[in-house]
Amino acid sequence: MPLVEVRNLVKHFERGGGFLRAKSVVRAVDDVSFDIEEGETYGLVGESGSGKSTTGRCMLRLIEPTSGQVRFRGDDVLAFDKSRMRAARRDMQMVFQDPYSSLNPRMRARDIVEEPLIIHNIGARGERRDKVTELFGLVGLDPAHLERYPHEFSGGQRQRIGLARALALNPSFVIADEPVSALDVSIQAQVVNLLLDLQERLNLTYLFIAHDLRLVRHICTRLSVMYLGKTVESGNTASIFANPQHPYTRALLSAIPVTDPDAPRHRIELDPQSVNRDAPLREVATGHFAAV
Amino acid sequence: MDPLLSVENLTTVFEIPGRPVVAVDDVSFQIHRGETLGLVGESGSGKSVTAFSILQLLQSPGRTTAGRVFFQGRDLLTLPEQEVRKVRGAGIGLVFQEPMAALNPVMRVGAQIGEALRVHGLASKHEARDRAIELLRAVKISDPDKRVDDYPHQLSGGMRQRVMIAVALACRPPLVIADEPTTALDVTVQAQILELLRDMKTEFDVSLLLITHDLGVIAETADRVAVMYAGRIVEQGPVRDIFRHPLHPYTQGLLASIPGEARGDGNRSRLRAIEGVVPNLAALPPGCTFAPRCPHRMDVCTTAVPALVEVDPPHAVRCYLHSDKAEARRGPAPAAHATR
Repeated sequence: MPLVEVRNLVKHFERGGGFLRAKSVVRAVDDVSFDIEEGETYGLVGESGSGKSTTGRCMLRLIEPTSGQVRFRGDDVLAFDKSRMRAARRDMQMVFQDPYSSLNPRMRARDIVEEPLIIHNIGARGERRDKVTELFGLVGLDPAHLERYPHEFSGGQRQRIGLARALALNPSFVIADEPVSALDVSIQAQVVNLLLDLQERLNLTYLFIAHDLRLVRHICTRLSVMYLGKTVESGNTASIFANPQHPYTRALLSAIPVTDPDAPRHRIELDPQSVNRDAPLREVATGHFAAV
Repeated sequence: MDPLLSVENLTTVFEIPGRPVVAVDDVSFQIHRGETLGLVGESGSGKSVTAFSILQLLQSPGRTTAGRVFFQGRDLLTLPEQEVRKVRGAGIGLVFQEPMAALNPVMRVGAQIGEALRVHGLASKHEARDRAIELLRAVKISDPDKRVDDYPHQLSGGMRQRVMIAVALACRPPLVIADEPTTALDVTVQAQILELLRDMKTEFDVSLLLITHDLGVIAETADRVAVMYAGRIVEQGPVRDIFRHPLHPYTQGLLASIPGEARGDGNRSRLRAIEGVVPNLAALPPGCTFAPRCPHRMDVCTTAVPALVEVDPPHAVRCYLHSDKAEARRGPAPAAHATR
């Protein structure tokens, strides 16, 4: 059984509406399905507005989806009542993109990491302090800096604090929403390596939401490509990169900047007319699906 | 032929009481007609401050304390503000990273393009509108005669960046400085904007100073590259040399840390990260600023700043690993790489 199953997830936002004006509906996530196996890193790829972050947030019910199912270890997360959901969140955590805005600037690093333990009533004060020190070491931060405030850390270090906080409750599933895109190039690789190390040590399952296709290609075993709220292609990373079938995936892959001045460049432009929005996903190769 | 822009020993300091920060330290480079120079570096490397220093757009406490910036034969740093103002826009166009922040939200895009022309006395109000439509067409915006009356918020991110490029090109400047022009854009839109910049180079006969943190953007667009780290240029040369034979350990580290095709799909092997953190400009280590993170660090690296020397002209590097090669070429040159 997959650890996470997303079935026909839909999130519509109502927009506008006012005196004598009709509301319009934005289909941010429009019938998205995928499975994530235990221990796997699953990629969710797409450009801004494709619905990839909204999908991640709906899975943890940080925003409520309009319809669909999210099953975690077989249980329907969307049917959980408040207290059951709260308990479930211990096992499902999120790391956010911007380490500058996702940490409370008025809290010390120690308190930021400890907060989830307090909220979930875990351990006595002394035990929590020990756990925080352990987490600091786990993510490669110097425990001597526990009393510092977020602004005293660099971007990469702040992302480590966010990660320590996410790992405080020993989750088995972590959604990482663009975890390195706000970081400097030389720091990105450090944080990616940390994510990979932690996955191995703690047997974590990741949903990795990103627009950097080079990175997704490197760390994800399988992925979904999203375009305007829909999954247009999904399956094994190797198969999708070797043989993209959907016109959007082709355009996206051809747009990746290549760090070779002599590499031939075959930019493929997406002709929106060529996209059949209603085409269902079908298996185009073993374990490789495309909406064509 | 004389270079179009020649920056010589530019030094810019932020004079924060008690701890002056040298943001740009002895930076020199040239841009020739028709050429694209890529200035690459991470946050705090001084790449944007270099651009602001060239155009004299620094705000207090930032101050250019040394150097010369020759543009069309005149040193911009010694010109009166009134003269520099004529250079901005008419001589050197500027494209910023965030078009939504750089464009005036309550002004129609056509008027913003026309404003550039009218400020420099290049068009009357009526002509300005026609020129704006022409420019929108040139930057490949469809329906330019309708879009000219749009406000920035009515356009997509990519179209706004096209408008910015139209503003920058309006007075047909010989040089355009583009500061992270594609960073805020999606990857497919980024590819389109880079293509537009390449087309504009030929169509408008401009040279380009392209500032970015993205080596992929550099590889696709630049003719020559200058790599900056903590305020200094650490390596400079033709784009092929830099990407094929990077000499500075920092450049090597940056290139190696990019996840590439060669590593295989979903194999989750560790990336080759550069360990450590970018140094605080207010507390730079002595000697080479990259030394604390460098896998090839030697004793000499922490004593004095290495000089930027052409080891394989015009490929230059600021690193003791290559100083013997430079000395061998020059013959005995006492203290060639001592402190500046």
